[in-house]
Amino acid sequence: MGYLQKKVKEIKERWTVTEKLVLIGNGMAGIRTVEEILKKDASRFQITVFGEEPHPNYNRIMLSSVLQGDSTVDDIVLNDYNWYEENHIELLTGDPIVKVDAEKQVVYSQNGLERSYDKLIFATGSNAFMLPLPGADKEGVIAFRNIKDCETMIETSKKHKKAVVIGGGLLGLEAARGLLNLNMEVDVIHIADFLMERQLDEQAGKMLKTELEAQGMRFHLKKNTKQILGKDRVQGIEFTDGTSLETDLVVMAVGIKPNIALAQEAGLTTERAIVVDDFMQTNVNQIYAVGECAQHRGIAYGLVAPLYEQGKVLAAHICSENESLEHGYQGSLVYTQLKVSGVNVFSAGHFQDSKETKAIRVHDEFEGIYKKVVVQDNKVVGAVLFGDTSDSTRLLSMMRNGDDISAMSKVALLPSESGEAQVSPVVAMADGDNVCDCNGISKGAICSAITENGLTTVEEVKQCTTAGRSCGGCKPLIADLLTLTTGEEVGNMPEPLCGCTEYTHEEVVAEIRELGLSHPREVMNVLGWESDEGCSKCRPAINYYLKMVDPIKNADDPTSRFINERAHANINHNGTFTVVPRMYGGVTDSGQLRKIADVADKYNVPLLKITGGQRIDLFGVEKEDLPNVWSDLGMRSGSAYAKALRTVKTCVGEQFCRFGTQDSIGLGVELEKKFEYINTPHKVKMAVSACPRNCAESGIKDFGVVGVDGGWELYVGGNGGVDLRGGDLFCKVKTKEEIIDTISAFMQYYRENARYLERTSHFVERVGLDQMKQVILEDEEGRKSLINRMEIALSTGKDPWKEIVENEELQKEFKKKQVEVLS
Amino acid sequence: MSKVDQLKRVEVAALQDLSVGIGKRVNVSGEEIALFKQKGGTVSAIQNSCPHKGGPLSEGIVSGEHVFCPLHDWKINMKDGQVQAPDVGCVKKYEVEIVGEKVYIFVD
Repeated sequence: MGYLQKKVKEIKERWTVTEKLVLIGNGMAGIRTVEEILKKDASRFQITVFGEEPHPNYNRIMLSSVLQGDSTVDDIVLNDYNWYEENHIELLTGDPIVKVDAEKQVVYSQNGLERSYDKLIFATGSNAFMLPLPGADKEGVIAFRNIKDCETMIETSKKHKKAVVIGGGLLGLEAARGLLNLNMEVDVIHIADFLMERQLDEQAGKMLKTELEAQGMRFHLKKNTKQILGKDRVQGIEFTDGTSLETDLVVMAVGIKPNIALAQEAGLTTERAIVVDDFMQTNVNQIYAVGECAQHRGIAYGLVAPLYEQGKVLAAHICSENESLEHGYQGSLVYTQLKVSGVNVFSAGHFQDSKETKAIRVHDEFEGIYKKVVVQDNKVVGAVLFGDTSDSTRLLSMMRNGDDISAMSKVALLPSESGEAQVSPVVAMADGDNVCDCNGISKGAICSAITENGLTTVEEVKQCTTAGRSCGGCKPLIADLLTLTTGEEVGNMPEPLCGCTEYTHEEVVAEIRELGLSHPREVMNVLGWESDEGCSKCRPAINYYLKMVDPIKNADDPTSRFINERAHANINHNGTFTVVPRMYGGVTDSGQLRKIADVADKYNVPLLKITGGQRIDLFGVEKEDLPNVWSDLGMRSGSAYAKALRTVKTCVGEQFCRFGTQDSIGLGVELEKKFEYINTPHKVKMAVSACPRNCAESGIKDFGVVGVDGGWELYVGGNGGVDLRGGDLFCKVKTKEEIIDTISAFMQYYRENARYLERTSHFVERVGLDQMKQVILEDEEGRKSLINRMEIALSTGKDPWKEIVENEELQKEFKKKQVEVLS
Repeated sequence: MSKVDQLKRVEVAALQDLSVGIGKRVNVSGEEIALFKQKGGTVSAIQNSCPHKGGPLSEGIVSGEHVFCPLHDWKINMKDGQVQAPDVGCVKKYEVEIVGEKVYIFVD
């Protein structure tokens, strides 16, 4: 297209879209309003969004989950850059608006951009309130409000030990929990005499304190901070009572302050926040406000559900031609849940007692449960739940509907107290009741989405309806609804292999077998992958499945392997690699040690370390040196990088030990030699101990062998890593041969039936030990054929280091080209 | 193209040394650059350092015109250097010229 044509097109586009909408603030409330507008009339406005933070719209509520390490920043993005593009929205991040000219209807940004508008929405949210204490400007004094604050806390935790959180409310406690997860010592300073006094009564606040103290937080109640101590960086804080605390970080979480400076300059009426009517309209024509920066009937809300309700009303108002048809915003019922793992707290409505109210209280000191339901004029007006929040959805629904409870018993109000088997609260909900309060998605809407679109997983419901996309607290309810609607247990339903396909792991394997597929590209083509080339999740999985199904015929595809399995070494954070040579059963000799020492000197290896698997790591080797290092070592690859057998750890056993009753080293070496270089769905670790003292830690290995008087015990599915799990006793046998056969059959069963990247610990739990015993121990024929297939797979195993050392062509990938530019 | 004219053209590889699906590292006067050969025989050149934590992109799994960083799986478009959502950022991208078997890039 020529320049002129382009220009004409641009001008046409500009003039055919009659109305321009500018949104100031790229956060949850504003973008939700835009989503609602697009839903109603996608082509009506030409939309421009200005955001101060350099990110697309993310879920601010989930920041605590990022800090606590349960999510990454990527996980909490709600609308990625593609979304803006697809909806033709002009997004300007990192560029706040600095001036609004309400007469000319133009906004001006910090970077000098101008945009005129027909309608303008303020969604500027709020800022953290920083206590104006002496020293509050020191380095290491921050708020907990945005991604940058989160990053600062994570960075600080790497260098410093002590943190103080000022504020024992919702946000402060979530920040404190996050800092604990970052291995910091955390002191929480709070001005009131119990925690979360704005959401909880004294009893619940005290129980919460006990619970959080058990998690490691230290509390200082009824304390006023006088000043922050230190030079450039904070070193401590001093209280008004003269006492003080040492600290390396101060997080202020004392509240939020609506961000209204720009609105004031623009001439909008403000009190605590921008004053709006029932249609989110400000006093100035064509200017609206929504979210935390808006004040409706005297209330500026700081929670997500009200903001979303406001967004809906505002969108309806902006898009409708006839105002009188609409139903305006009537205010929201406020409720909160604390997002701290291991603590269930819920609070809603008017939970404080007064002269007009009566309350039902349940306090179970044995179980650590406290419930209070506040009743006024035979209606539930508020509730506090601690320890067990399973009644929260029902109570909220009763409050919203204003149900008359005069005829109800206590058990009907709090059914979880009846002691009977619990029925999911969704059963009792009406179709119009919201399941996801954050996004305002009703039970009826979710049920029809499930039946109409054939949804089967919580993730699909989330994608389709947005339910569960914000705080995620309703996910159990969605799962219950899926069960209810489809009649199937959701927990057992397999997920697709990755985002490129609808096929599950099991279905992909079945198709590979059935259609005789032999290359990853072929699999993706035939099964209609959404992206031709797959991704970093599915490609390694497919490559594994192909080799597993036919280890002889199907060739390995190196381009589908993660770098560690291509370079046969572990990549480090700085791009260097770690070399781990095989030491069978953890046994070495002076010759090997001498070679390792010589290699370490020759290649300037910066760190030698003994691994947990009883061998030696050579850290920090340059990629181009790898083939020479292997050649000089003259040892075999230890597969420390592979989805394969890693190590067989052994104790010394009968060779020297005064207790050992078996030859643990001998068996360990034999196992390692037999199974080295067999590919498995995930890494596999083994151990052999010669007696129940278990010095080789056989109880936390994928396969753990323990010598007992006159035989061996085999434990399976143990794991010492992320999900600590003790192995299950699988069988007790007399001979080494039986142990080797059983491991062989088990490992082949695992190879054939586990999903790629599923450790044996999860596999055992999913399939069930009885089922495995049946196949591997009791079915003699089945056992034999498993062992046979394992032998075939083992016959293809090769030492990759030796292969590369002996083949110059294969060494090419390791070389680095150096080019000098002559000037 | 006037900008390219001021840059220096440097020979960095022979086409036959590159293979589709596997990146290649080149150090050009101290700058680490990753080369990727595409299916059609074209070559992309980008800075060999992920904007996240500096991971060597040449070692990543390649998927069409994207490469996944080997350290934390960021997805980067090797044609324009843009980091793919939900992550953000970009890496430096170099103009490439192929003359016969020789691969040249332009550096400043």
